[in-house]
Amino acid sequence: MTPITKRYEVSGDDFTHAGEASGKVKTLLKQIGYHPDAIRRIAIAMYEGEINMVIHANGGFANVDIYPDRVEILLEDTGPGIEDVDKAMEEGYSTAPDEVRALGFGAGMGLPNIKKYTDDMRIESAVGVGTKVYMTIKGQ
Amino acid sequence: MTVKDMAQSLSLAKLAGEENNDVVTGCYIGDLLSWVMGRAGEGNAWITVMGNINAVAVAKLAELSCIILCEDAHLDEDARIQADSNGIAIYASGETAYALAVKIAALLAG
Ligand SMILES: Nc1ncnc2c1ncn2[C@@H]1O[C@H](COP(=O)(O)OP(=O)(O)OP(=O)(O)O)[C@@H](O)[C@H]1O
Ligand SMILES: [Mg+2]
Repeated sequence: MTPITKRYEVSGDDFTHAGEASGKVKTLLKQIGYHPDAIRRIAIAMYEGEINMVIHANGGFANVDIYPDRVEILLEDTGPGIEDVDKAMEEGYSTAPDEVRALGFGAGMGLPNIKKYTDDMRIESAVGVGTKVYMTIKGQ
Repeated sequence: MTVKDMAQSLSLAKLAGEENNDVVTGCYIGDLLSWVMGRAGEGNAWITVMGNINAVAVAKLAELSCIILCEDAHLDEDARIQADSNGIAIYASGETAYALAVKIAALLAG
């Protein structure tokens, strides 16, 4: 079955619009009557990935495929990359600068939250090249 | 208990959004946004000092029933506008997070 496919550009310029792509996906899923229990998990997981691209990678792209039984999301950026992915996945690990910590980010809980709320996640990252975060959330 | 009932009982001042009849399922206190997204439950009233636009996004995406800015913490103008357009209820109180949570717990128990 062909999915509903969406692609969003996530600007790295400011925090004012951060979360817009996740918000749009959430609105769309509600409109099409997607599994209610999945919508919140999808919205939070995607937001964490989206905000990471803004904070750590100067923006990127969000690709979303909505299938009847699952949603697949790929967040891709050409930022600095992650040197040690296992370490980045640890609760509390963060390289967020002070100015974004003042906004409430930098707890080092974003990637662990993605793991918690998705059924599957995978990170491909190369230093100096960029980062891809794949996630799948089952629709039920 | 609805958000409206709670706001009335606690004499909260509404700063933004709609006074809604969403059910308050509990309460979460915190200022670190990823902690809130990971731990707050759907429908929780969120007590925080973080009155910025990112907090509004968190409340929306995590389906929290309202934001209560404790100790009269500041609400940014762009956050107020965003909350109004997204229907996220934001209240202010001069009380501490602890005092508010104790009262909310009593209301939920009663
Ligand atoms: N897209 C990315 N590009 C480069 N580095 C990243 C990216 N996403 C995450 N990281 C790295 O992984 C670390 C952990 O990410 P995580 O989302 O868990 O925490 P955080 O963003 O620092 O804080 P929080 O999400 O709690 O606000 C980041 O501090 C950063 O060093
Ligand atoms: Mg993060």
